[in-house]
Amino acid sequence: MQLDSLYQEVILDHYKNPMNKKLSPTYSKEVHHVNPSCGDEITLNVTVEGDLITNISWDGVGCSISQASTSIMSDLLIGKKIDEDFAILENFTELMQSKGTKSGDEEILEDAVALAGVSQFPARIKCALLGWMAFKDATSQALSETEAKG
Amino acid sequence: MSMLDVASIKKDFPILSKKMRNDGKLIYLDSGATSQKPNIVLEAERRFYSEHNAAVHRGAHLLAEEASEAYEGARATVAKFIGADVEEVVFTKSATESINLIAYSFGNSLPGSRFALQPGDRIVLSEMEHHANLIPWQQLAKRTGAEITWFPVTDQGRLDLSDIDSIISTKTKIVAITHQSNVLGTINPLEALVKRTHDVGAVFVLDACQSVPHFAVDVKKLGIDFLAFSGHKALGPTGVGIFWGKFEHLQSMEPFLTGGSMIESVTMTDATWAPAPRKFEAGVPNMAQAVGLAAALDYLTKIGMDKVEAHEHALTKYALEKFSTLRDVSIIGPTNTQMRGGVISFTIEGIHPHDAGQVLDQHGIAVRTGHHCAWPLMRKMHVVGTTRASFYIYNDTSDIDALIDGIEYAQKYFKV
Repeated sequence: MQLDSLYQEVILDHYKNPMNKKLSPTYSKEVHHVNPSCGDEITLNVTVEGDLITNISWDGVGCSISQASTSIMSDLLIGKKIDEDFAILENFTELMQSKGTKSGDEEILEDAVALAGVSQFPARIKCALLGWMAFKDATSQALSETEAKG
Repeated sequence: MSMLDVASIKKDFPILSKKMRNDGKLIYLDSGATSQKPNIVLEAERRFYSEHNAAVHRGAHLLAEEASEAYEGARATVAKFIGADVEEVVFTKSATESINLIAYSFGNSLPGSRFALQPGDRIVLSEMEHHANLIPWQQLAKRTGAEITWFPVTDQGRLDLSDIDSIISTKTKIVAITHQSNVLGTINPLEALVKRTHDVGAVFVLDACQSVPHFAVDVKKLGIDFLAFSGHKALGPTGVGIFWGKFEHLQSMEPFLTGGSMIESVTMTDATWAPAPRKFEAGVPNMAQAVGLAAALDYLTKIGMDKVEAHEHALTKYALEKFSTLRDVSIIGPTNTQMRGGVISFTIEGIHPHDAGQVLDQHGIAVRTGHHCAWPLMRKMHVVGTTRASFYIYNDTSDIDALIDGIEYAQKYFKV
């Protein structure tokens, strides 16, 4: 397995110039997630308006994979319907668990297909999923709070 | 420069001839996490199972006799290795269990016992403790109302003992500190610590996981009260750790795990305990692992712990010199070899430890990355994590050269 299959140019670009990496002061829900095996931390917030994700912003420390993956995720999921975002998230999770058997659907995942190589490095899958799981958690909490308010 | 014949030592470790990614060779620099095992250890475990296996201390048959002899022989080997009396050595499953044993035993103490803790009593730790020598004490403090206080670590990665007399006070009941930091490589000076501990009537617990495998440790000479180390970091199998305590303490301590083997007499409503060490060994013990550990300690004794220490010292000196030539690489811990073992943690500007470890792995170099189960220390040293190389008897300067080349390659690869 070659290093370049993991560290695609797109990933290194996002790592050096991450998108949406500045916490917005206004949001629907904010969460803090930690990867206890390596100490990486992320704070992420989402803004939900109706059935739309209108903003995702985040800050944190982590390896190139976790930082790039969160950057790509935020860019990909902002401005889409929640249902659509959850479908993308599921698609990405399947790609990560594919052990190198899938290359990813570029129509759905766009830049995130660059992370396909991560699935061949079991220790790095958690890194790639850190931001995505934070998004899922924040959005789910925002939705249940909205429902509770009814 | 090396005092050990590393080429011939390597031949004793089958895993060191394993082909790594791209058919490269293994450069194992992660002995701080776990050591590799020589054939003699694998063979000792195999021989126990194929020739002597039976539950120890019970059964009237030949195998039970042989198994008990092998197991008790292993205890004697461990005792000799650390300068202890044989009845002071307790087999556990890990150093983590050993420290939990002490913490839970103290927590089970009846009021009036010297080990019983009350609200306001203090447990003294240090900022460089591994989670295994931190969390059991935090939990004990929560259960008893005792407080945790600690020695800070200096920017150079040494214990700051300047306030020793106020940190270890008359309220202190337990002082639990590591012999050698698993992150910094720092070897802590114990003399003043042990003296102050005893002056205030407290007991001293030594986490010896990173010392016993690497240099001669004599519990009597150190004057400590309790010690813990793990077998798997000392060329032995996983699943076996050592708890050592002064016999007078063991006699008055409450047991931790209870059940078979650890009793003297039992009725439907009560039980009395067997004398130490058996009081602390409930259930059929990890016999094959104990025997494997004894084989490992015999192997180390044959080499000579003074030579092991000198070898690692020479490797550390060589590595520190090489590291000082690297651009944008910082060592987290002492940069000289004084009171320092063969563990080097470092950060590379612009490269997260996990990414550094990944690139090194591509070259067959096994290092540890992350917080090394010492999260408070990471925060103190203002780093998210580090990359750590740790040395043992099967490493030589070529391994360090490969590490240095690997770091430079990572810097090129990530264009930092």
